[in-house]
Amino acid sequence: MSTTATLTSAPTSTEPVVARAAPRRVTIGGVLRVIGLGAWLLITLFPLYWIAITSLKAPGTISRFPLEYWPGELSIENYRGLFEQSNFGVFLANSAIVATTAGATATLIALLSAYVLARFHFRSRGAVLVAFLLTQMIPAFIALGPLYSMMSDLGLVDRKFGLVLVYVAISIPFSTIMLRGFFQNVPDALEEAAMIDGCSRLGALFRVIVPVMTPGIIAAFIFNFVNSWNELFLSVVLMHAESNRTIPAALNGFISTFNIDWGSMSAAAVLTILPTMVMFALASKWIVQGLTAGAVKG
Amino acid sequence: MTAASTERPAAATAGGGAPGSRRRPAFRARHGLTILAFLAPAIVFVGWFTYYPMLRGANMAFRDWNLWDLTSTPFIGFDNFATILSDPVFPTVVRNSVLWVVGSLVPQLLIGFALALALRKRFRFRGVYQALVFFPWAVSGFLIGMLFRWMFNAEFGVVNDLLGKVGLIDAPIPWLADPTLAMVAVIVANIWYGVTFFAIMILAALQSVPEEMIEAASLDGAGKVRMLFSIIIPTISMTLLLTVLLRIIWIFNFPDIIYAMTGGGPANRTHIVTTWMINFTQQGNYGLASALGLCVVGFLLVFCAFYLMAIRKADQS
Repeated sequence: MSTTATLTSAPTSTEPVVARAAPRRVTIGGVLRVIGLGAWLLITLFPLYWIAITSLKAPGTISRFPLEYWPGELSIENYRGLFEQSNFGVFLANSAIVATTAGATATLIALLSAYVLARFHFRSRGAVLVAFLLTQMIPAFIALGPLYSMMSDLGLVDRKFGLVLVYVAISIPFSTIMLRGFFQNVPDALEEAAMIDGCSRLGALFRVIVPVMTPGIIAAFIFNFVNSWNELFLSVVLMHAESNRTIPAALNGFISTFNIDWGSMSAAAVLTILPTMVMFALASKWIVQGLTAGAVKG
Repeated sequence: MTAASTERPAAATAGGGAPGSRRRPAFRARHGLTILAFLAPAIVFVGWFTYYPMLRGANMAFRDWNLWDLTSTPFIGFDNFATILSDPVFPTVVRNSVLWVVGSLVPQLLIGFALALALRKRFRFRGVYQALVFFPWAVSGFLIGMLFRWMFNAEFGVVNDLLGKVGLIDAPIPWLADPTLAMVAVIVANIWYGVTFFAIMILAALQSVPEEMIEAASLDGAGKVRMLFSIIIPTISMTLLLTVLLRIIWIFNFPDIIYAMTGGGPANRTHIVTTWMINFTQQGNYGLASALGLCVVGFLLVFCAFYLMAIRKADQS
């Protein structure tokens, strides 16, 4: 049994059979619908196209009129400049290490808590859920100052390990709520059967339920990874040495100089967006399910 | 465990397959341990790195706590709150925050609703379409700000170029330097980002509207508009309310785009509460930042109470 099949809201599945069976009458509403969908697609993709094309223009041509919407010659000069003039390779590696570690750790911890919150009824369950929900309403940067002073007391400022700990903490609540939604769609007879066969509860969870829930777990991991990859304010406050900066903090450093070099900025933007965009594209169906399961059901 | 075991006689079934098996008292103690062990890591992390700093912040808010002079952090009562409330920027910040939330939310809701309605019926490339319009969600708020800062650039921005081509403007507009237009620009960026979330939520809700209901109404001669207002909107009203409440909080809490595009300028005209707070933090004045943060938390808690009440009501119905 797959989770996908048990979810009621699976809005992304395309079924060509149904599409073909639909009556092919051209109506005003139908035309408006196609125009509207097309317009919004254009509006959504244009800024992404524009930053990509800016990054591929030869230096000097981005500030030349008329603006080129499709540059005559493509150049990777901005990318070369970015890696030559800054430690962008280091920033990329820092972000990759921090986001992967934090994403994986948070997903594992959230898996355990989500399981318990989905399967057992206990007195403090409501309180735990509300405490997790509240962190979604109150952003982590509200306590930026106190968090800094706490991390400084612990000797964790300017250390990737410290940043990972904070990112794990801010990722746990949402992924717990999201995974709980997926657990609720897996019948508990499944692990009960495994436990009768001699599995421990932990064994039943990892051998029987986790394989069935893979889409949900991947979606939760991607969410956690992307949040950590993109996070700005905590990283700026907690990481000082240039060699420790993650990409958003490094880009923040680029803009504090008076003139922004839009050539290398756009190249950096593309390299930052690309990995997360690929992840979202590959798993968009599961992420949509996770979002709708997590955010409203609570 | 005697009290627990007398509560209900143990079920005679040996197999654990019965749905009620988890409530069998003999297993209570072991379940308690399982629950504790599985929940502990999450609670420790969230408590230590999220709630504890907030408590510390509540203390900082009543102190003269400046990063540049940590030798003395004296208790100063409500002085930080008084400083914030009497700051001439404060009324501007409140006004801007309302503008930012309402100006972003209403278009997001309307466009998101329209998009969801358009996506309701299946078509061949719907999955691909959804994946494509989902892309803004992969981009950080900060980078979205940078994307739009570049597009709204006064000299080489593509927005001015396009508007000039269409003939709407004669001379380039300095969007981000103009006190009124800067707010328009940051809101446009936020609308671009936020529509998808509404579309996803509303689309999921639309799929819960029974198809028979719509067919019956159309047999009775109800038009499309009538159908929308008499059937679809009333059926999904609870989801709409929850999504709107959630979004109000998120937009209110979302300083990234403004921070990247204008930094709160020009002349504080795009400063919202959270960007203002980050400003205090960057100045090292953690006392003021914490005081403002505490005000925000208080405001949000009241709002969350409404949200949770709405969820409870939604669960009951």
